[in-house]
Amino acid sequence: MKTILECKNLTASYDGVNVIEGLSFKINEGDYLCILGENGSGKSTLIKCLLGIKPADKGEIVMGDGLKPTDIGYLPQHTDLQKGFPATVGEVVISGCLGRRGLRPFYSSKEKKTAREAMERLGIADLAERSCRDLSGGQQQRMFLARAMCAAKKLLLLDEPVTGLDPQASAEMYDLIDELNHKDKMTVIMVSHDVVKSLDSASRILCLCSCSHSFFGTPKEYANSHLGSKLLGEKK
Amino acid sequence: MSENIRLMFTPEFFAAILLPALIGGIAVTICSSLLGVTLVLKRYSMIGDGLSHIGYGALSVAAVMNLAPLKVALPVVVIAAFILLRLSENSRLSGDSAIALFSTTALSIGILVSSKAGLTNDVSHYMFGSILAMSTGDVVLSVILSVIVILTFILLYNRIFSVTFDESFARATGVNAGAYNMIFAVLTAVTVVLGMMMMGALLISSLIVIPTLTAMRVCRSFRGVVLTSGAVSVASFLIGMFAALVLNTAPGASIVIVNVIFFICFTLAGRALRRTGRS
Repeated sequence: MKTILECKNLTASYDGVNVIEGLSFKINEGDYLCILGENGSGKSTLIKCLLGIKPADKGEIVMGDGLKPTDIGYLPQHTDLQKGFPATVGEVVISGCLGRRGLRPFYSSKEKKTAREAMERLGIADLAERSCRDLSGGQQQRMFLARAMCAAKKLLLLDEPVTGLDPQASAEMYDLIDELNHKDKMTVIMVSHDVVKSLDSASRILCLCSCSHSFFGTPKEYANSHLGSKLLGEKK
Repeated sequence: MSENIRLMFTPEFFAAILLPALIGGIAVTICSSLLGVTLVLKRYSMIGDGLSHIGYGALSVAAVMNLAPLKVALPVVVIAAFILLRLSENSRLSGDSAIALFSTTALSIGILVSSKAGLTNDVSHYMFGSILAMSTGDVVLSVILSVIVILTFILLYNRIFSVTFDESFARATGVNAGAYNMIFAVLTAVTVVLGMMMMGALLISSLIVIPTLTAMRVCRSFRGVVLTSGAVSVASFLIGMFAALVLNTAPGASIVIVNVIFFICFTLAGRALRRTGRS
């Protein structure tokens, strides 16, 4: 198994307060990592560090062989679609291809094809000409996932992809993510609040905790750990 | 009225006054409407307004100190645009209150300085605009600027879309969003200063905001909004100018009113479209 991403002794702060301290973990190609943790435990900060939007204060993030920041597909947390922003689904999805365009100004037919395939894959091809302000929550998240797929060659970073979706739409979203992980061998890193679902699908769990040491390991180890049994106990 | 029209079509008037006004005006309206799409959608609508007041302050100070107005106002407004964009991005003072703070301060300084020095003529030009008094230099500058803005828009169109639509995603895909915000700050500042001489400090923000709002009533796509707002803006300018000459009204205000009429028509059309779309 090849390591795709390694986080070494990472420390990151927000407004002068350390939210992540001395975090280390390593994920392999094809892994499905779920990041759990309460609000304010630094999940979104970690994602921003992994994406390179936010510099780390200490430690480093090492990308595996051949992984470039532009190979990462990102689905932001609860993307506040501005009320009434005029953009069609097609325009939004293809903007995912932008990272690999470099400085060339226009999309080629190859990128148009990538965008079309991503939309077909997620069942939103018929919405391509629709304005994104007329979409339901589930359709919107699919649009953002399609955009992330356009950007992703190897790694998908999903920040709470089912927030605000009804159970049906959430389940569909999870199925799509599982399929991308299994069939396409896409490495997935997902921030989630859904412990049961995470233990079910993920191959690795990272639990960030502000009160004690973070946990990193397999779902089984997590369920047996002190942190995990506490959380799972609460769920039951 | 017929006297006005006859006067308008004398070759002398046309070549000396109307033609420069038309060329400069079309250039500035295209710039302001294109930049306006991003500013409105990024919720920076008031930046144009704030910058124009800052520009007014700078021009007044320049007039009193006997300096070339443009050479003072342009750098001041560019710096102000940087600061305002920065403030709206990462400070606790939210963007709109920052703009209010800056613009009223600059406006007050401008008024204090010019009233103390007893200068009212030049300065009132900048308050209400004087499109029929655009100098050759102003026109040349407007045309160069509009070429730059249009080229920027065409070449960076996809990036502009991405930064406007979702800045954090754009950053994550490796687009240098900060650089684009700076480019925008500079272009907006230059457009505002030029537009101010034409439309006046009080009305320039309408040129930035209204065409985009108008286009958004009807268009579904970003591309549609960009193209429509440019077209609406130029059409409003031409109709407003013509009306002002024929009816002998203030050009700046007439152009704004035509823009508003377009806005109302597009709003009604948008409603009708949606109703037929639903049924």
